Amino acid sequence: MTRAAQGKAAGRSPAEIFAASAPASQVARRATDRGFLALCLAFTSLAVVILAVLLFTVWRDGHERLTWGFLDSFASRKPAEAGVKAPLWGSIWVCAICALAALPIGVGTAIYLEEFARRSRLTSFIKLNISNLAGVPSIVYGILGLTAFARLFGTVSADDPITIGDPEGLLYLRLPFGNGVLAGGLTLTLVVLPIVIVSSQEALRSVPRSLRAGALALGATPWQTTWRITLPASIPMIMTGAILAMSRAIGEAAPILVLGVPLFIRSTPTNLMSDFTVLPLQIFNWAGRPQAGFHELAAAGILVLLAVLLAFNAVAVVIRHRLQKAS
Amino acid sequence: MNRLATALALAVAAASLVAAAEPQDLKSLKGAVKIDGSSTVYPIAEAVAEEFSNKAPGVKVTVGMSGTGGGFKRFGAGETDVANASRPIKQSEADACKAKGIEFVEIPVAFDGLTIVTNTGNDWAKQLTVEQVKKIFSADGAAKTWKDVDPAWPADVIKVYSPGTDSGTFDYFKEVTVGKDGKIRSDISVSEDDNVLVRGVEGDKNAIGFFGYAYYQENKAKLKAIPVVNPKTKAVVLPSPKTIEDGSYAPYSRPLFIYVSKASLEKPAVAAYAAFAIDEGGELADEVGYVRLPAAMYDRARANLAARKCGTQMIDGEGHERHGALADLYK
Repeated sequence: MTRAAQGKAAGRSPAEIFAASAPASQVARRATDRGFLALCLAFTSLAVVILAVLLFTVWRDGHERLTWGFLDSFASRKPAEAGVKAPLWGSIWVCAICALAALPIGVGTAIYLEEFARRSRLTSFIKLNISNLAGVPSIVYGILGLTAFARLFGTVSADDPITIGDPEGLLYLRLPFGNGVLAGGLTLTLVVLPIVIVSSQEALRSVPRSLRAGALALGATPWQTTWRITLPASIPMIMTGAILAMSRAIGEAAPILVLGVPLFIRSTPTNLMSDFTVLPLQIFNWAGRPQAGFHELAAAGILVLLAVLLAFNAVAVVIRHRLQKAS
Repeated sequence: MNRLATALALAVAAASLVAAAEPQDLKSLKGAVKIDGSSTVYPIAEAVAEEFSNKAPGVKVTVGMSGTGGGFKRFGAGETDVANASRPIKQSEADACKAKGIEFVEIPVAFDGLTIVTNTGNDWAKQLTVEQVKKIFSADGAAKTWKDVDPAWPADVIKVYSPGTDSGTFDYFKEVTVGKDGKIRSDISVSEDDNVLVRGVEGDKNAIGFFGYAYYQENKAKLKAIPVVNPKTKAVVLPSPKTIEDGSYAPYSRPLFIYVSKASLEKPAVAAYAAFAIDEGGELADEVGYVRLPAAMYDRARANLAARKCGTQMIDGEGHERHGALADLYK
């Protein structure tokens, strides 16, 4: 709109000004709008295209190896006979332990920090640290896990472990944990805990203050407010954070490698102390072998890893739906 | 007639019992064998462990891949029974074992030929002497261009590709090329994944790199292996299973070892595994792309294992590494 037009516009009612100015500016605004939309679409489709190309090449290389025998055989020097039985069950055990440990601790920490902790220098220092921990390389947690879980800070000698129960049974416990599934799961818990805490904090923060105020005004205690009002309202977002965390856990190789877990193993876990290996390690090994047959196995292993990840996420989505309906 | 049949049946049964005596032994064996170490030796260990597990299903064999150095660290801490190594044990590692009271039997299982490769478009480098390899890879007075190596070669910048500096492969190559105190140049492309090196050299006309023979064998069409002049005989030798085994491909043919803890050998499962690795290791090594040792070497290893002969033969009394053909060093 020019100055002359503005001058003319003086003395008219606001509605008239808007009507007169609308055509010219609307074209420009619409153009900006469309341009922005196109830009967003371009970036989104770029991400989708890269993902699609990746998935396509993995599928092309690996789908022929994807048979029942592949899922139900142990590692072998012959690509035709090799399978992912040990790493598949290892990954499932470790991720289940990781989820069972990380979710209660992570959500609990977030509830304390958001709902109960007084605002002090200490709590804001803790919050700052948790956000920073989310960016620490996972291999660092591997070293921590090795010291804390696998070796229990050296408090119990590995040569003379304290054992409870039958080594073949389900309820077998051994101190120190060594490089069994429990040590692996807890190490991955360390890796994903900051992600769970930060996303749960965000989820709790997104619940409107008015809901809490309403509950408190009706005489509910802070605990009742949190358990019946705030937490149910934030569960969908917490579950989204949990999905992201599990996706990270199942793909981690570095912290598991630091624990000193074996790669070749011809048994599946039977209890929390069992030896195990995980899919990312097996995929890494196959991808680095000279023979092309192993490269196909690596691609098939990636497909299995994706399927396990989707299965874990499906469980999270189902839980989210159930809770949304219930609330 | 009936008697004859019974006698025959009995004879057959007796014969099968005798034949099955040893596998029967393995079948009833129980226990665990913990192995860790080199990623180069891993395919051989995987094959041996696979076959051993088929014969002795009661034994739980686990093989890790922490690298030669990492494997010795765990071995020296008493966490594993067997350490796989793509180079002989170092004095410092042997000292660490000694401090913990861990004695070990040294067993060579196969050869690997470090293969020096260039792009297929490289039509000038027909052979290399160890001196020339040193010129290309050493940090001191490194050749910038091919012309610096040989005046007849083009003045194009050399691109060097190398396995990870933590690997036994790198250690061995460095040791042989520039010596213990020398340094490999730092302006090189390094990858832990040898397939990446294959692709790097394949796509760059001025590239040179090295890795295990198995990677060359799988990619023969895409790469050109450079024959190396044997420093002793002055013969120009290409790496092949034959030249690697008879030692004429020198000095880049290297032995691969397993180190078995003497204390662990008290366990029948570990002793059976070690014996199995000597008996079947050569055959299985062949199958996964390595080169078997001469039969005499396996005999020596068998004798050493039976006698529980401990310590390394690859280091002399003063802590210096011994160099030369395995047959001269390992008794």
